[in-house]
Amino acid sequence: MASQPLSGKESSYKASDLIAEDIDAYLVKHQHKSLLRFITCGSVDDGKSTLIGRLLYDSKMIFEDQLAALEADSKRVGTQGQEIDFALLVDGLAAEREQGITIDVAYRFFSTDNRKFIVADTPGHEQYTRNMVTGASTADLAVILIDARQGVLTQTRRHSYLVNLIGIRNVVLAINKMDLVNYDQAVFDRIVKDYRTFATEIGIKDFVPIPISGLKGDNITTRSRATPWYKGPVLLEHLETVPVDETRLQAGSFRMPVQWVNRPNLDFRGFAGLIATGIIKPGDAVRILPSGRTTKVARIVTMDGDLPQAVAGQSVTLTLTDEVDCSRGDVIATADSPPEVADQFESTIVWMADSEMLPGRPYWLKLGTQTVSANVQPPKYQLNVNTLEHVAAKTLGLNAIGVANLSTDKPIVFEPYTSSHDLGGFILIDKITNATVAAGMLHFALRRSQNVHWQAVDVTREAHAALKGQAPRVLWFTGLSGAGKSTIANLVEKKLHALGKHTFLLDGDNVRHGLNRDLGFTDADRVENIRRLGEVAKLMADAGLIVLTAFISPFRAERRMVREMLPKGEFVEIFVDTPLAEAERRDVKGLYKKARAGQLKNFTGINSPYEAPENPEIHIQTTTTPPEQAAEMIVDEILK
Amino acid sequence: MATTLTHLERLESESIHIFREVAAEADRPVLLYSVGKDSAVMLHLARKAFYPAPPPFPLLHVDTTWKFRAMYELRDRMAQESGMELLVYQNPEAKEKGINPFDHGSALHTDMWKTEGLKQALNKYGFDVAFGGARRDEEKSRAKERVFSFRSANHRWDPKNQRPELWRLYNARKAKGESIRVFPISNWTELDIWQYIHLENIPIVPLYFSAKRPTVVRDGLIIMVDDDRLPLKPGETPVERSIRFRTLGCYPLTGAVESDAATLPEVIQEMLLTTTSERQGRAIDHDQAASMEKKKQEGYF
Repeated sequence: MASQPLSGKESSYKASDLIAEDIDAYLVKHQHKSLLRFITCGSVDDGKSTLIGRLLYDSKMIFEDQLAALEADSKRVGTQGQEIDFALLVDGLAAEREQGITIDVAYRFFSTDNRKFIVADTPGHEQYTRNMVTGASTADLAVILIDARQGVLTQTRRHSYLVNLIGIRNVVLAINKMDLVNYDQAVFDRIVKDYRTFATEIGIKDFVPIPISGLKGDNITTRSRATPWYKGPVLLEHLETVPVDETRLQAGSFRMPVQWVNRPNLDFRGFAGLIATGIIKPGDAVRILPSGRTTKVARIVTMDGDLPQAVAGQSVTLTLTDEVDCSRGDVIATADSPPEVADQFESTIVWMADSEMLPGRPYWLKLGTQTVSANVQPPKYQLNVNTLEHVAAKTLGLNAIGVANLSTDKPIVFEPYTSSHDLGGFILIDKITNATVAAGMLHFALRRSQNVHWQAVDVTREAHAALKGQAPRVLWFTGLSGAGKSTIANLVEKKLHALGKHTFLLDGDNVRHGLNRDLGFTDADRVENIRRLGEVAKLMADAGLIVLTAFISPFRAERRMVREMLPKGEFVEIFVDTPLAEAERRDVKGLYKKARAGQLKNFTGINSPYEAPENPEIHIQTTTTPPEQAAEMIVDEILK
Repeated sequence: MATTLTHLERLESESIHIFREVAAEADRPVLLYSVGKDSAVMLHLARKAFYPAPPPFPLLHVDTTWKFRAMYELRDRMAQESGMELLVYQNPEAKEKGINPFDHGSALHTDMWKTEGLKQALNKYGFDVAFGGARRDEEKSRAKERVFSFRSANHRWDPKNQRPELWRLYNARKAKGESIRVFPISNWTELDIWQYIHLENIPIVPLYFSAKRPTVVRDGLIIMVDDDRLPLKPGETPVERSIRFRTLGCYPLTGAVESDAATLPEVIQEMLLTTTSERQGRAIDHDQAASMEKKKQEGYF
């Protein structure tokens, strides 16, 4: 029966008597509760669900109807005989997992007289890295569960590594199932000693070990009589009193990423955002990044009236004393210690998508309120989360963690992740599917980013083009191998040349003999191939040339990347459309035969995809248009 | 000495941040407004997020014509007070067929007026983001719901295709035709909502407070007789009971509880001492198996 004390232990956490006696006093007290977000790390076998269920139960967050259902379920499918199976309160994700539903994190809520708690519960073994990183990203504290019978396992190391990677400073080592080792202090001490050695190695400076039994309720909400040798806090007591990160966040320099410019009328211009770090008061000198303009805070505006000061974690609207340019994506910071601005970084990347990372492909990078286009370089190494070894890697797959450099298409305002999660943590977004494919943490700006500046030149691209009497263009021929790209491109160049135009034809095969001789045909290499070709084509267009390129260029994303490098209208995508069957029938270079015979890996159309253009500027159907006529059409089109 | 933000201050800041992110990144957002207590808090938070400007989006009430009279009154008053445009949408097909909970049952009623009505309204106005007041503590299946929940062009929720949410970063990018439901109060509990209403003096429908009201009892639910939209069965006579509502849906579908809690603190007190969870008063949850999950996939939320 639910009303019976559980397993003969002392009664559970007591709801405040104030509720019944003086509700007004209770409300005043509860309005001043603080909030602690924590994550529990451990697998099902460690008793994680039982522990969370126990916390919910003992803090009276379970209603009678839920309890009735729980009791019935416990008897029917529970693992605890006639006793309540707390795990059933929070499980229920298993069925969904079987259906293939992605569950990264489930959030649970409970509260005591002093605090409200949000627990991030990350189910399952698979996807563990992705799930744990997601859940940990908003946590102030981590409870790492260890089965007392097992001690420190590989997974304990993995959990601890991830907790530290995400920058959680408060770690509780909950040594669970003490009832199964007879509450033996020697067992507890040995595990703590083992863990300390390992924790120091990976950079966890401090942790609080607590001997518990989630099942029996030992040292969860009340001190257990079975562990008289344990003098530290019980779990809930620790959770209720551990300081949240406020002191550290408020001690940092003031930074607020601007989310929204509030302009209800001509007389009011406010900058809305959530303060990442520091404290701000009217009159404080601030600097707007990246522009660097300085001004002062005039007012801190809220619907409840102006504030005398605001601190990290608060959503506010600031007005400034001067009319300075400031918009979404800018950061308002303390004038005398502003954050850095850079466009090349070293970062740790946690890959979260089924499709692997393609170095060189541009992804959207969102950091704070800034969204920019970013290229990731091939990883310097991947981290084996079980052994913590550095492993060589060309790319990153689902749940892989690696260290890689990345560059953004324009400078961003940032801070190292260790100083600010808000200005150092980012996500990568696939430009085609819009999926969130990775999470990352910036380490530092690369020196070359700060020292290599754009050199202003006096003879501009316009001057180059004017001298040649032509408008620069990049005619980008794309299509399957053997579609007729090179043939048509050749004819077009001959015609343009005859008309006195300055042209240059970049041929895919030729370039692979020189500039790109180090690249193969994997997806990652194809992306880098096109990136380099795009850069070369751009330089030539800058020189005023009409550039013709004939590459398969199978991926939309890369073609779009080149399009975005160039001024609007200069990129002309020409789809040389030959059906696969026809190209294979022609098989001019005999490559299809080889691919079919399995001698060529990653051959476009056979065992590597071709993504046809959706809206090409020019569409040539080679089955109905002979090359000569196609070339005529293209010349007419670009010179019109 | 660091200032410690209270749990309500942190929740409020988080919700405001979410409202502003959507306003900055969406083309045409809308606030779904159902006039319940969660809607009241949502509206209040939206106003705070953009003060002194009014929120840069309209309110949308997907009306079933079966709301309590007091709800319609508060709705119109709040729209005026907030300076926001109020859009009321009633599914013309449901209206024409006279769909009601008595003759057609709660499942069809909800599907036609709410699920279908919402889809139609979103299509009609071309909204790409709809703010909803769902909370993760409401039931087990909600605990894992994202703050930004993606819907296909036909408004279906694809549980296999949702995005991880890290830090305070929300990915609001979507293809043409796709839409997002955003839940700014995901991390609030029922108690947080009540405490916040109390602290901020947020106007709510008086039906949340106990009063003598005419009622009948059907299938174990206490149903309030709001007006003659409720056809009485033979032999049924309304009885005056001291009742209030813990949750407000369509009035014949929402059961009242007997109560003497006439003030907010008393309501909160009762809620804390009571032992029945919030959704129990809603007939919708009892209908069909695992109904919340199903409704979500179909686009109810």
